Amino acid sequence: MAKAFQKIYTNITAITKATCSLKAEGVGNDELAMVNGKLAQVVKIMGDDITLQVFEGTEGIPTNAEVVFLGKSPSLKVSDQLAGRFFNAYGDPIDGGPEVEGIEIEIGGPSVNPVRRKQPSELIATGIAGIDLNNTLVSGQKIPFFADPDQPYNQVMANVALRAEADKIILGAMGMTNDDYLYFKNVFQNAGVLDRIVSFVNTTENPPVERLLVPDMALAAAEYFAVEKHQKVLVLLTDMTLYADALAIVSNRMDQIPSKDSMPGSLYSDLAKIYEKAVQFPQEAGGGSITIIAVTTLSGGDITHAIPDNTGYITEGQLYLRRDSDIGKVIVDPFRSLSRLKQLVAGKKTREDHPQVMNAAVRLYADAANAKTKKENGFDLTDYDERCLKFAKQYSDKILAIDVNINTTEMLDIAWELFAENFKPEEVNIKQQLVDKYWKN
Amino acid sequence: MTTGKVKGIISNLVIVLVDGPVSQNEICYITIGETKLMAEVIKVIGENVYVQVFESTRGLKVGNHVEFTGHMLEVTLGPGLLSRNYDGLQNDLDKLHGVFLQRGEYNYPLDEEKKWHFKPIAKVGDKVDAAAWLGEVDENHQPHKIMVPFVFKGVYTVKAVAKEGDYKIHDIMAVLTDSEGVDHNVTMVQKWPVKKAVLAYKEKPRPFKLLETGVRTIDTANPLCEGGTGFIPGPFGTGKTVLQHAISKQAEADIVIIAACGERANEVVETFTEFPELDDPHTGRKLMERTIIIANTSNMPVASREASVYTSMAIAEYYRSMGLRVLLMADSTSRWAQALREMSNRLEELPGQDAFPMDLSAIIGAFYARAGYVYLNNGATGSVTFLGTVSPAGGNLKEPVTEGTKKVARCFYALEQARADRKRYPAVNPIDSYSKYIEYPEFEEYITKRINGGWTKKVNDMKTLLQRGKEIQEQINILGDDGVPVDYHEEFWKSEVIDFVILQQDAFDKIDSVCPLERQEYMLDLVMDICSYDYDFENFLDVNEYFKKVINICKQMNYSEWQSADFNKYRAQLDELLAQKQIKD
Repeated sequence: MAKAFQKIYTNITAITKATCSLKAEGVGNDELAMVNGKLAQVVKIMGDDITLQVFEGTEGIPTNAEVVFLGKSPSLKVSDQLAGRFFNAYGDPIDGGPEVEGIEIEIGGPSVNPVRRKQPSELIATGIAGIDLNNTLVSGQKIPFFADPDQPYNQVMANVALRAEADKIILGAMGMTNDDYLYFKNVFQNAGVLDRIVSFVNTTENPPVERLLVPDMALAAAEYFAVEKHQKVLVLLTDMTLYADALAIVSNRMDQIPSKDSMPGSLYSDLAKIYEKAVQFPQEAGGGSITIIAVTTLSGGDITHAIPDNTGYITEGQLYLRRDSDIGKVIVDPFRSLSRLKQLVAGKKTREDHPQVMNAAVRLYADAANAKTKKENGFDLTDYDERCLKFAKQYSDKILAIDVNINTTEMLDIAWELFAENFKPEEVNIKQQLVDKYWKN
Repeated sequence: MTTGKVKGIISNLVIVLVDGPVSQNEICYITIGETKLMAEVIKVIGENVYVQVFESTRGLKVGNHVEFTGHMLEVTLGPGLLSRNYDGLQNDLDKLHGVFLQRGEYNYPLDEEKKWHFKPIAKVGDKVDAAAWLGEVDENHQPHKIMVPFVFKGVYTVKAVAKEGDYKIHDIMAVLTDSEGVDHNVTMVQKWPVKKAVLAYKEKPRPFKLLETGVRTIDTANPLCEGGTGFIPGPFGTGKTVLQHAISKQAEADIVIIAACGERANEVVETFTEFPELDDPHTGRKLMERTIIIANTSNMPVASREASVYTSMAIAEYYRSMGLRVLLMADSTSRWAQALREMSNRLEELPGQDAFPMDLSAIIGAFYARAGYVYLNNGATGSVTFLGTVSPAGGNLKEPVTEGTKKVARCFYALEQARADRKRYPAVNPIDSYSKYIEYPEFEEYITKRINGGWTKKVNDMKTLLQRGKEIQEQINILGDDGVPVDYHEEFWKSEVIDFVILQQDAFDKIDSVCPLERQEYMLDLVMDICSYDYDFENFLDVNEYFKKVINICKQMNYSEWQSADFNKYRAQLDELLAQKQIKD
């Protein structure tokens, strides 16, 4: 790696679990270095004292280790060759394939000028009704799944990757178990969709600090396809909680004062820098877009913890998974989930009856939940309650379950069928004009 | 000028070794290759000067050259600010090149070539001091005063004033002679350090004049005053944006300034997209004509986020000095406080609560204190009304930013999730919200002149009924409908009438969305009259049914043109309905 003109330093003055320091000159902030063959990045400069964050961890680094500065910030080579490939957090191939040839760009680049953005207005269909029907995704949106660690969020993400109507899907995996990584790899290969997927993977077998690079790598690739190739790009980031944990580790090692929940005081800005890469470009700028679906795992369902709380203020809504005991399948929770941008497309880019059908179905589903509570408390159920319960089960099974894969129009048609089967038009509370047009007799 | 060399770098905090004097908050430029990065002095220890850089410091090296400017962060003030979109450092976002914000790209915030039609106000020989009006240009139909720059100290004599005619902003509009006999040229443009309050006015009385917004839950229940301060906590999905738009559209202000501070980019895009479309009910033209947007979204550099609220306030004070009424809305002040926290953290200051700087509440207090209603030196009046939002972590209102704001803001509009879930918009909780202004005798005097006496008493009675209604509702929930006497139900439903008819308002209905004060007075009189009677009911079901009818008719009145045939027809129906059950002595 070391080139002839590069100065080699061999006198490390301090080592912590994640950082090491040495005396050096002419070093730039954020610059990369190799410390004993391990990649590191400059995080603090004080005169000739340089502090480096060693991504792989500092195990085994001797005080006389060779340190070489590379004269550049973390970067990624981008070209069409990225498609179908798996990379580690540094952007090096891990699938046994050749190095990617392309233009080298710095990751973590500047923000989009807000006046050059366009209001999101394109639908991104995922085939999952809990999303498409009830919480429609819009290109340029950013939305996380708030999930418990035992929920099958990675399977849902894989489903989204397979079905989403996007030109490129970029997976950024942080602290993913090796099993899940192999699962993703398998699913993508078997489905024959590899050519539109790019993956950056940091597994639990890799050092935690490395994962700090993953979102910026994934988003640098996304920006390449969205800006240069004018593509509709979907970025999947899992799991952002582990990313934030890595931030906390580094800030802790640098003796920074922690704020709420031991997180660094800059957590909001750190997360915003990632999520705000979601963007819809106007037609003049090629019309590409970056949409981000992330996973934030919760501890014990606590959404007031600093990570989900800050995330909630940045993202445009959130999705929750839930196991529906009636059908024994996982659904996207219709009550707690919310896509803040859905009204930009629902009924506009989808069929006119979409907003009303969505609201009516969720209301009836809520009535069913009330009926269930009533039943559990030993009260008698009315005829309406019974019909609600029946509807709720069918609704979960035929529409909400995440293994159902149909388009929005089909979802709406099935919903109308279920309405007609269980209710009278006046019970569903939908505008008469729509009832006249769509009610199934 | 003092220069220096970079000595240390921690994220956007840079330590500079200087060769001369520097002042706290002075601006400097750090040279890196071809670009110059703007930074601000935040701490000095001997020859080591700590500066916060308004941009990414990637690639910065020890030894990079630094130039100090000798001045603090300044705004450029002059005609042409209206309808612009600026970033926190007052760069015109529309003039920046490329899709991405390039580091070190700064531009001039005003149009230097445009000609403005100037009409002189001051005459040769006049004695003038800072902020005195020398002349006037028409800026988007607003009388934009050309003033003696705020930085001028002492009294000056006008030696010359430009004649009426068309001029560019850098043309000399007046020559002023100071007490030493030195002449000073004045153009249409002046600069002002953003972190300093403009104090060129005679007096700042307590706010007393109602700032009419046409929103009943504000004007009637918790009025905001011209020059007043208020804050709104904004849990997501509670209709904060709709309320803000309604206020900015309808409030009786001449100039509207929106400071989007550290919030979502797509929300800012929504403001950019929607504001130009919004019709201005006061002028019949577009609202954007008299609006300035300062946007520093959450992913833009943190230090300029901190600057953005000050930039907006300085611009607001500038327009106030022209005798205009300015409404400034900042969303969200919590993000601003977080920017302060990030810097304090890097400076390794001992932290206060939740790692915020110890002087957080003093900083918030000093900022809110810049709002206000003022008598200018020439007797005219102007005002800056400030409405901030806070985004409390975890929805917990006991965190330092909210607490610090509560101490200084005089109004609080408690947007509430539960109310939003029940579709009771605007989702402002009437019991938790407050306005201190309603207790001011000055306000009482003003409102008595404006409408009738006894207004504040009526409003207080209304709040008491709402409070009582809430207590009864809790009892009914515990004891069941049959468990409480019928007149409890009656009282509860009276509070529901107030809620539905006065507090709730349809922001999307052409008529209901704007409710002038006279109409609010009429409706409050009507509703309080309904509530003052006892009614004759057999059981609680009758009560529900009856008051639902009352509410329905009152709502129809809200939806009808004021005093129209429809309106009067509903009033007659209502009187008939009331007569059926009211017990008259």
